[in-house]
Amino acid sequence: MGNDNEIIDNIANKEYEFGFVTDIEMDILPAGLNEDTIRYISEKKKEPEWLLEWRLKGFQAFRKQKLPEWQNFTLPSIDFQKISYYAAPRNKKKYNSLDEVDPELLATFEKLGIPLSEQKALAGVAVDAVFDSISVATTYKEKLKELGIIFCSFGEAVQEHPELVKKYVGSVVPYSDNIFAALNAAVFSDGSFVYIPKGVRCPMELSTYFRINTENTGQFERTLIIADEGSYVSYLEGCTAPMRDENQLHAAVVELIAMGNAEIKYSTVQNWYPGDKDGKGGIYNFVTKRGICKGDNAKISWTQVETGSAITWKYPSVILQGDNSTGEFYSVAVTRNKQIADTGTKMHHIGRNTRSRIISKGISAGEGQNSYRGLVQIGPKADEARNFTQCDSLLIGDRCGAHTFPYIESKNNSATVEHEATTSKIGEDQIFYLNARGIDSEKAVALIINGYVREVLNQLPMEFAVEAQKLLSITLEGSVG
Amino acid sequence: MLIIKNLHAEVEEKQILKGINLEVKAGEVHAIMGPNGSGKSSLASVLAGRESYQVTQGEVKFHGKDLLDMSPEDRAREGLFLAFQYPIEIPGVSNVNFLKTALAEIRQYRGLPPLEAKEFLKLSREKQKLVEFDAQLVNRSLNEGFSGGEKKRNEIFQLAMLEPSLAILDETDSGLDIDALRIVSQGVNKLRSKDNAFIIITHYQRLLEYIVPDFVHVLYNGRIVKSGTKDLALELEEKGYDWLKEEAREKAESI
Ligand SMILES: Nc1ncnc2c1ncn2[C@@H]1O[C@H](COP(=O)(O)OP(=O)(O)OP(=O)(O)O)[C@@H](O)[C@H]1O
Ligand SMILES: [Mg+2]
Repeated sequence: MGNDNEIIDNIANKEYEFGFVTDIEMDILPAGLNEDTIRYISEKKKEPEWLLEWRLKGFQAFRKQKLPEWQNFTLPSIDFQKISYYAAPRNKKKYNSLDEVDPELLATFEKLGIPLSEQKALAGVAVDAVFDSISVATTYKEKLKELGIIFCSFGEAVQEHPELVKKYVGSVVPYSDNIFAALNAAVFSDGSFVYIPKGVRCPMELSTYFRINTENTGQFERTLIIADEGSYVSYLEGCTAPMRDENQLHAAVVELIAMGNAEIKYSTVQNWYPGDKDGKGGIYNFVTKRGICKGDNAKISWTQVETGSAITWKYPSVILQGDNSTGEFYSVAVTRNKQIADTGTKMHHIGRNTRSRIISKGISAGEGQNSYRGLVQIGPKADEARNFTQCDSLLIGDRCGAHTFPYIESKNNSATVEHEATTSKIGEDQIFYLNARGIDSEKAVALIINGYVREVLNQLPMEFAVEAQKLLSITLEGSVG
Repeated sequence: MLIIKNLHAEVEEKQILKGINLEVKAGEVHAIMGPNGSGKSSLASVLAGRESYQVTQGEVKFHGKDLLDMSPEDRAREGLFLAFQYPIEIPGVSNVNFLKTALAEIRQYRGLPPLEAKEFLKLSREKQKLVEFDAQLVNRSLNEGFSGGEKKRNEIFQLAMLEPSLAILDETDSGLDIDALRIVSQGVNKLRSKDNAFIIITHYQRLLEYIVPDFVHVLYNGRIVKSGTKDLALELEEKGYDWLKEEAREKAESI
C-alpha cells in the first residue's frame, strides 16, 4: 500500500468537492510513528504516567517484531510510518440529510431493516434532535449504574476507574503478544470498558441499545471486559450495517476476564468495507481477541459473523485456567470477490476438566479464500479436558477456496479431542430442485446458507441473529448464477 | 392445459428428445412408459426447465403461455410440479422451512400474501394426513438421510402442499413398499380434480391399477411410439417392449 497520504488527501479533496460540512479537528498529527507520537497521544488523552509507560513498552515491543509470515496469503507490505496515528479520529463525514448519502448504502440499510433514525446515525448524518433511542440508552445507563455495572469508553475508564484498568489491561493480551497487539498498545485510540460486579447478571445485551451511540473509535480500538465472580454479561460488537472507514489498517485488541462462575458471551458482526470487485481499497482487519477463564466454572463464548474486510486475520482465543471452565467459539466467515479470511481460534486447556467447543463455518464465493486455523492445546494438568471441533466449508462456484489448519498439542493422555470437518458445494442440482418448487436462485442460495449457518446464528441474541441472516443473504447476492 | 408440439431436445450435444407431441387437458391422467434410457426423465426435465437440456425444436404451451420461455421457478409458480425420480438432499434446510418458502413464493406470484403461521400449520397437518407423511420428517433437513421411499413420499407431500395444476410424477412408485404405494396412490387420487392433470412416468402396470390413467403412451428412443388406454399398459406388462421397438425400427426404415 504505502499511499495512505494519498488516500487521506483524496478524502480531503472529495469532502471539498461535495461541499461537506466537516469540522476537522485542529490537531491532526503528521504521519509517522515514534516515541513523541505516543507521548502526544497520551497527553491529548490526559493519561496517567503508568499508562504512558505501558504504551512506550508496547512501542518497544512493536519495533522488535516482524510481520507474521505463517498465514495462508500474501500480506501486503504495510508502511507504518505513512500512517497518521492521531489523524482526527472523529473526522467522519457529516451530511445534512439522508438525501446526500450514497443511495446504494441506503438501499442496503433498507434491506437490513434498520430504523430510519439509526440509518441517519450510521451514515453519519448530523442530527441535532435527540433520537428516541438515545434517551432509551440513557435510561438503560441509569439502570446499569444501579447494579454497579461500569460500561463506558476506555478513555473514560482510565480517568474514572484507573485501578481496574491498571490491574487488567494487557493481562490477557500482553503488549508483546504480536506485532499488531504491540502497535495497538502503543497507539490505541479508544474503545469500550465493561465491569460486572460479583453476582450481577447484566440485564441486557450491552451495546445493542447503544449501537448508535458508539461512534467509530478509530483503527486501533481496545476493549476490556471484566466479569467478576458469578456474574454474567453478553456483549455485542459491531453492527450489520456496512461500515466504511478511511483507515485501511485496523488492529484492535479485545481482552475478556471471567472470574470463577462468571460467564461472558461476546458476539461480533463485522461488516467493514471489503474493497471493490478487484479487492482495491478494502480494510485489513488484524484483531487480537483473547479471554481468560480465571476461576473455576467460568465460561467464555465467542460468536462471530465475519462478512466484511479485504483481509480478516483473527483468532479469538480462550485460556481455560480455572477447573471445569468452558470456552466456545462459533464462527461464520464469508469471503467473496477477492476477500481473504484467515480466522479460527485457540483453546488453551490448563485447568482440570476444562471443555472447549469450536464450530466454524466458512463460506467462500467468487475468488474468496477462507482459511480456518485452530489450535487446541492441552496442558499437563488438564486432566479429562475435552474439545470438540466442527469445521465446515461451503463453496459457491469453483474459483474460490477453503483451507483448514487444525493444530492439536496434547500433553495429557486423559484428554479427548474430537475433530470433524466437511466441505460441501452448493450444487446446481440443489438449486434446480428449489427452483422447481418456485424458489428463485437467490432465495435458494439464501435458504441453503441459512441452514448451513444456523448453529452459529442460534448463539446470537434473537434480534441480532435475524439481522445477521439478512446480512448474509445480501452479502452473497449475485454469487450464484 | 399442456400442449407439446414436435419437441426436440439435446443434452451435451446428444439428441435425446426427437419430436414429442402430447396434449394434456385438465382432469386427465396420462401415463408414460418406456424402456430405460428412452427419454422419460429427460422430457420431465425439459418441461421443468433444467438448464443442461437445450431445446432445439418445437414448442410447449402451458395454460396458453410459452412454457419454454419461462424460468424454472416461474414454471412452478404457474402451476407445474415435478416429483423427481431422484430427489435431492439439502442439508441444514428444514423441510418445513423450505415448504413455507416455496408456498410463499408461489402465492406471491399469484398476488396472495404468505399464509399465517397458524394457517400454514393447519394446511401442513391436513396434507400430512392425506398422504400419511410422518410428522417427524416434516421437521428434518430436506431429504437428508431420508430413505429412498421417504424421499418419494416427501415429493408427494410437497405436491399436496403446493397444489399444482399439472403434476409430473417421475417413477414415484419405484422404491415404495406395497403399503406406501397404496397410500401414495390414494393420496394422488384424492388430489385429482377436474381442474388439474397428472403425467405419471412409471415402469409398472401395478401403479396404474391404483391410479387409473386416461391415456398410456410409450416413449422409445426420444419419441412417443404408441398411445392407447390403460389396456396398453396391460399389454406391455405381458409382452414387454420388444414388439414396439421392432415396429419403431420398421417405421424408421420405411421413412
Ligand atoms: N447429462 C447427460 N449427459 C449425457 N447423456 C445424458 C445426460 N442425461 C441423460 N442422458 C441420456 O439421455 C438418455 C435418456 O435418459 P432419461 O433419464 O431421460 O431416461 P429414462 O427414460 O428416464 O430412463 P429410466 O427409465 O432408466 O429412468 C439416456 O441415454 C441418458 O444416458
Ligand atoms: Mg428416468
